[in-house]
Amino acid sequence: MNRTSLSRPRRSLPVVAVAAAAALTLAGCSSAHGGKKAEENAAGVSAGKATTPRMTVAMVTHAPSGDTFWDAIRKGAEAAAAKDNIKLIYSNDENAGSQANLVQNAIDQKVDGIAVTLAKPDALKASVAKAEQAGIPVVGLNAGLAVWKQQGLLSFFGQDESVSGQALGTKINGTGAKHALCVIQAQGDVNLEERCAGVKKTFSGTMDILYVNGTDMPSVKSTITAKLKQDSSIDEVVTLAAPVALTAGQAVSESGSKAKIATFDLNKDLVSAIRNGTIQFAVDQQPYLQGYLAVDALWLYKNNGNFSGGGQQPVLTGPAFVDKSNVDKVAGFAAKGTR
Amino acid sequence: MSMTQQAAPAVTTPPASGPKDRDGRTTQRPLALRLLARPEVGVLLGAVAVFVFFLVSAPAVRDGASMANVLYQSSTIGIMALPVALLMIGGEFDLSAGVGVITSALTASMLSYQLSMNIWVGVIAALVLSLAIGFLNGWLLVKTGLPSFLITLGTFLILQGVNLAVTKLVTGNVATDDIGDMDGFDQAKALFASSFDVGGVTVKITVVWWLVFAALATWVLLRTRYGNWIFAVGGTKESARAVGVPVNFTKISLFMLVGFGAWFIGMHQLFSFNTVQSGEGVGQELIYIAAAVIGGCLLTGGSGSAIGPVFGAFMFGMVQQGIVYAGWNPDWFKAFLGVMLLGATLINLWVSRTATRR
Repeated sequence: MNRTSLSRPRRSLPVVAVAAAAALTLAGCSSAHGGKKAEENAAGVSAGKATTPRMTVAMVTHAPSGDTFWDAIRKGAEAAAAKDNIKLIYSNDENAGSQANLVQNAIDQKVDGIAVTLAKPDALKASVAKAEQAGIPVVGLNAGLAVWKQQGLLSFFGQDESVSGQALGTKINGTGAKHALCVIQAQGDVNLEERCAGVKKTFSGTMDILYVNGTDMPSVKSTITAKLKQDSSIDEVVTLAAPVALTAGQAVSESGSKAKIATFDLNKDLVSAIRNGTIQFAVDQQPYLQGYLAVDALWLYKNNGNFSGGGQQPVLTGPAFVDKSNVDKVAGFAAKGTR
Repeated sequence: MSMTQQAAPAVTTPPASGPKDRDGRTTQRPLALRLLARPEVGVLLGAVAVFVFFLVSAPAVRDGASMANVLYQSSTIGIMALPVALLMIGGEFDLSAGVGVITSALTASMLSYQLSMNIWVGVIAALVLSLAIGFLNGWLLVKTGLPSFLITLGTFLILQGVNLAVTKLVTGNVATDDIGDMDGFDQAKALFASSFDVGGVTVKITVVWWLVFAALATWVLLRTRYGNWIFAVGGTKESARAVGVPVNFTKISLFMLVGFGAWFIGMHQLFSFNTVQSGEGVGQELIYIAAAVIGGCLLTGGSGSAIGPVFGAFMFGMVQQGIVYAGWNPDWFKAFLGVMLLGATLINLWVSRTATRR
């Protein structure tokens, strides 16, 4: 009895919600600014479609879910798959052991190629070797620059973290920075540590490292604010991800610091921040390109026996600089989440 | 927020009786010990210790602006730690609280953006959704009798997946679009994420809300019948039911209260950063629970206060920012945090044991 009387109001809830939404729209609750209506619909990347036999490619990454950077990699991979008549199986797990299992999963599915990130190379070594024994070509992307050749990968697409860090260090030397702060949003991440180490290598001033919790933006903001307060000589904040850069912008203005901000990574909000000068420039490792090239390379290998990079050298996708001078060129692409 | 408002939890006090009815057990203990026996005093001492420690070792903390920053950090934890603490006093806890914050922010942002509607439509819809999630947690709990660990672990995973999948489905990206230029944004920002000046120091509005909510929660807990119900259902559910406490209503409403907190903090995040990444929030639930536990709420329920978690959250914020203000080697960041928190909790434990020993 109790149950029936409870279920009635619940069943009517969606109806009420829809009616309320409709009423609100009519009542003039719609926004005159921004919103979906204001968003321009640009055409997506398309390069025709291959007529080669359908093949299956697995991409296995160490990405955390729901992160804008990794979404761009996946979009690149999907674009290449659509063009090459490839069925793409994308999977990701931050935990290295689980990532190794996902590679095994791809082997079990008898895929025609695997694209893998080697953020924790030792944990993946056995699975990668197994795939190669099974005759499945494997390419690397994003992480694993130091080990891809040893592990017998066909090609590698990514940026040399140290090289791109050094490029950033050189660039901020030119802007007259004396004391830089390198903000790492995930403590213990090898790639991120390498980037900051690269910056330190070429930067002529002093550099400190600050760890923040990337899953909690208010705490990122107050931690950066705290550091800027503690050391007022900091005149350059270097961040390693786009959302962190934007939050750092708020921290700088709230702490009354004069520090400038340079960052790795790009997204559409960052594009407007570069435009209005809040952020000096971004080092873009072109994640879309990494995903695209990795999938495309497996197609080329199967259909034409090609090795990108000749099997000897990695294919570097960064560092590409985006600053005020070229930001307009990439703005449209960033809006779609592909740059 | 003064301590004079504090009284022992109503359920443990004997029914209102005149001072003449003393049975000689409580009055013989010195005032200091009686004070120490309160759940929030241990954490107060812990918080003071941590505060003094950083005041001495980190000169930058002595600045007013630094204190405002510490309080801001504490408030974003503290606003959620309050309902989480009340729920814990009621004998349950909620693992979905961290991702629930992001669910709320995503809902408000995407609904307004995609339908091009005034921000407030999204804000209200997010509130309804957050309360509904709380209701669902509570309803499943009382209907199935399963432990809250299992129920909310389920919700935690569901929300984590839904946050990502729906965001991607709706926006095509894993983050929401910038809503900074939409109608109603400025009003909402004023309510949830503005700041004001006090003697040249910029204070975040969340600090005010935090203290208001804490005062409200203290009043509810100690002066209302509902407060008594919370202590009762957290102590012994069956006896509470036997004396006429609406156990199901109390538990469900406590989960909805956590939903309200998640909505509030979610709105704060949305209106301070304009966009939200769908993968955020994971792990925050443990910080809220930690702040409540440090604040003297028992994991087993039936005991605790609303003022304790305020100090618990303050301690968290103080340690987190204090390490940075002190300029220590950041490699040790997490280790420092753990040691300080464990130390503070032990002080808390020691104080309450000494105080209750006769």
